Amino acid sequence: MKQTTRLAATAAALALALSGCGTSSGDDSGDGGSSGSEAQGGFTAPDVPMAEELGDTEGSLSVLAWPGYAEDGSTDKSVDWVTPFEKETGCQVDVKYFGTSDEAVNLMKSGQYDVVSASGDASLRLVAGGDVAPVNTDLIDNYADVWSFLKDRDWNSVDGQMYGVPHGYGANLLMYNTDVVDPAPTSWSAVFDEASTYAGKVTAYDSPIYIADAALYLMKTQPDLGIEDPYALDEDQLAAAVDLLKKQRENVGEYWSDYLKEIQSFKTGDSVVGTTWQVIVNLAKDEKAPVEAILPDEGATGWSDTWMVSSETEHPNCAYAWLDHIISPEANAAVAEWFGEAPANEKACDLTSKGFCETYHAGDESYAEQIHYWTTPIEQCLDGRTDVSCTTYQDWTQAWTEIKG
Amino acid sequence: MAAQPRQGSGAATSRSGVLHRHPRLRLGLLLGPPMLWLGVLYLGSLAALFITSLWSVDPFGGNIERVWTLDNYRDLFTIDVYRTITIRTILIAVAVTVVDALLAFPIALYMAKVASPRLQRALVIAVLTPLWASYLVKAYAWRGMLATGGPLDDLGLSPGYGLAATVVTLSYLWLPYMILPMYAGLERLPSSLVEASADLGATTRTTMRRVVLPVLMPAAVAGSIFTFSLTLGDYIAVKIVGGANQMLGNVVYDSFLTGNNLPFAAAVATIPVVVMLAYLTAVRRTGALDSL
Repeated sequence: MKQTTRLAATAAALALALSGCGTSSGDDSGDGGSSGSEAQGGFTAPDVPMAEELGDTEGSLSVLAWPGYAEDGSTDKSVDWVTPFEKETGCQVDVKYFGTSDEAVNLMKSGQYDVVSASGDASLRLVAGGDVAPVNTDLIDNYADVWSFLKDRDWNSVDGQMYGVPHGYGANLLMYNTDVVDPAPTSWSAVFDEASTYAGKVTAYDSPIYIADAALYLMKTQPDLGIEDPYALDEDQLAAAVDLLKKQRENVGEYWSDYLKEIQSFKTGDSVVGTTWQVIVNLAKDEKAPVEAILPDEGATGWSDTWMVSSETEHPNCAYAWLDHIISPEANAAVAEWFGEAPANEKACDLTSKGFCETYHAGDESYAEQIHYWTTPIEQCLDGRTDVSCTTYQDWTQAWTEIKG
Repeated sequence: MAAQPRQGSGAATSRSGVLHRHPRLRLGLLLGPPMLWLGVLYLGSLAALFITSLWSVDPFGGNIERVWTLDNYRDLFTIDVYRTITIRTILIAVAVTVVDALLAFPIALYMAKVASPRLQRALVIAVLTPLWASYLVKAYAWRGMLATGGPLDDLGLSPGYGLAATVVTLSYLWLPYMILPMYAGLERLPSSLVEASADLGATTRTTMRRVVLPVLMPAAVAGSIFTFSLTLGDYIAVKIVGGANQMLGNVVYDSFLTGNNLPFAAAVATIPVVVMLAYLTAVRRTGALDSL
C-alpha cells in the first residue's frame, strides 16, 4: 500500500513537471514564430510593433551596456553623462555592464532591460530572437546628425527598417607591455606566429568571435585560403583558423572577457601582449601599467555599436529619451572620448578634445570600411559566396571550446 | 465573556481532533510541503534538465526547438575535447578532496581530542569564519596571492595561474566542509578507547589504524561528498586563477551564455550528475554511509 502511494506521488510530481514543460513550449514557439518578413541574411525578423509617438517619461530606465558606455561619475568624477540625463528626463537609470556580446544577448532574453548597446554580432541575433523592437528614428531628434554611412547597415537594420541608433565604432587593438615587449610589435603575428616569444604571457579575448581575429590574420598572411571576410568562413577556412588558435593556446596565459581582469594581469605582468580595447588601455595607463596599444598593419576586427530598445520594455518613453540623449553631441562626444572610439554624431567632433576625431578617423568612411566589424556568422556566406555554406556561430562556439581544450 | 475562550479552544480541539482521528491527513500536512519541494522543485528541475538536453536550438536566434534528438549526447561522446575536460575536472575534484582530507585530519584531530574546551570553541569559530566572506572575495584574494610579484611569488612558491592554482584555491574554499564533519566524527570517539588501545600496548600507528580510522572514515566520506561535488560543479575559481584552462562548469556556462545553446548545456550538466551518482554508489558499497 505504502509503495503504491509513493509511486503515485512520484508519478504526479513527474506529470506536473512534464506539463510545465509543455506549457512553456507552447509559449515559445508562439513568439519565436514566423509571422515576420523575409529579410537579408536569410532569417526572419519577427513582427514586433514599433513606437508611433512618445508620451511622458516613466521615471526609470534599466540600461544594459558595454563597460564605459553609461558612466555616472562613479568611476571618474568628470566622466558623467547619466546624471544630466536623469535630471533632464526624470528617468532614474540603473546600469548593468556585460563583458561579451553573448552575455548581452542572453541578458536581453530575460526582458529585464529597456535598452542595450549591441555590437554587430549581437544586434541581428537580438532582432531574430524578437528581443528588440524596431526603432522609429523620426522620434529621435539627434538621429539626423548621425553620419549617413552608419545608417541602414546590415548590423542595425532589416529591410530598411532601423532597429536602433548608431552609437560609435572602433577597432580592437593590440596592447603590449612596453617594459617587456621589445621591439614594439607592428603586426598581429606578435600573438600568432611569434607568440612563443612571450609564452605563457599572451592573452586573448574569451569569446568565439575572437576566431575572426585569427581569420583576419590568415586573410592577410595566407591568401591561398581565399578568406574574403573574417566572418564568412567555410569549413576548411574555419579549420585553418582553429589550427592557428590552437597553436596560440599553447602560449596563452589566460583569456579575458572581464576588462578588470585584463587590466590587473597587465599591471602584474602576467600578461604582456594581447588584444584589447582603447578604454582598457586608458584605464591601465591610469593605474600606471607600462602599456601601449597599436592598430596592427593587418587592420583589425572592431565594433560598430547600436543602441536598441527591448521589445518588452515598460519604459518606452525613457528608452527613446535615452537613445536621443546618448547620440546627442555632448553625450556622444563624452562616451567616445572615454571609451576610445569614433563617435556617431557628426557634431560630437566639435566638442571632443583637439585631434581626437582625427585620431579615430571619425567620419572617414573609407577608414571605417577597413575595420571588420563584429558580425554574427551565419550559414549564408556573408561575403556573397553561394557555392559553399558557411560555418555558423554555433560551430564557432563549439570550435572555441575545442581551442581552449 | 468567559464562554468565548472556551468556545475557541473547543474549535481548536475539534480541529486537532480531526487531525487526531485521521493520522493520514496529519502525515500529509506534515510531509506535504517538504515532499512537494523535493519532488517538484528538486527532482522536477533535474527532470527538466534531462528533458532539455534532448532538445536542440535554432542556430541563429538561440530559441529552443522542441524536437527530440540525441545529437547533444552524440557530440558529447564523439568530440574528444569533452572527454578531456571531464577527466580534467574529475582529477581536479579528486586532488582537492585528497588535499582537503590530508589538511583537515590533523586539524580535526587536534580540535576534537587535544585542545581545551575553550580553545576548541575558538578553533570552531576560526574554521567557520572564512565561510562568512564571499566566495568571489576569497577567489580574487588568491588571484592576488598567486600573481607575478604577489606574496607567494616573492617567496618563490607561486605555481602561477593554472591547474595547480585552481586546486590550491578550491582546497582553501572547501576546507571547512571537510574539517567540520571530521571534527564531529572524531568528537564522538571516546578518549577512553584511545587510552585503552595504548594501555593494551598498541603503538600510535596501530591506534590510528584500528581505532581512529574506523570512526574517521564515514566522516571523511561525508566531507569528501562536499568537496568532490562542489569542485565538480565549480567554474568561477578556474576562471579567476586557472589561466586558460576550463572545467565542465565552464563548458556549461559557455554553451548557455555564449552559444545560447541551453540544450547542449543541459547535456553537459548531466555529466557531473552521473559522476556524482557513480561516486555515491561507490561510497555506499564501502558501507561508509551506514554508520553516518
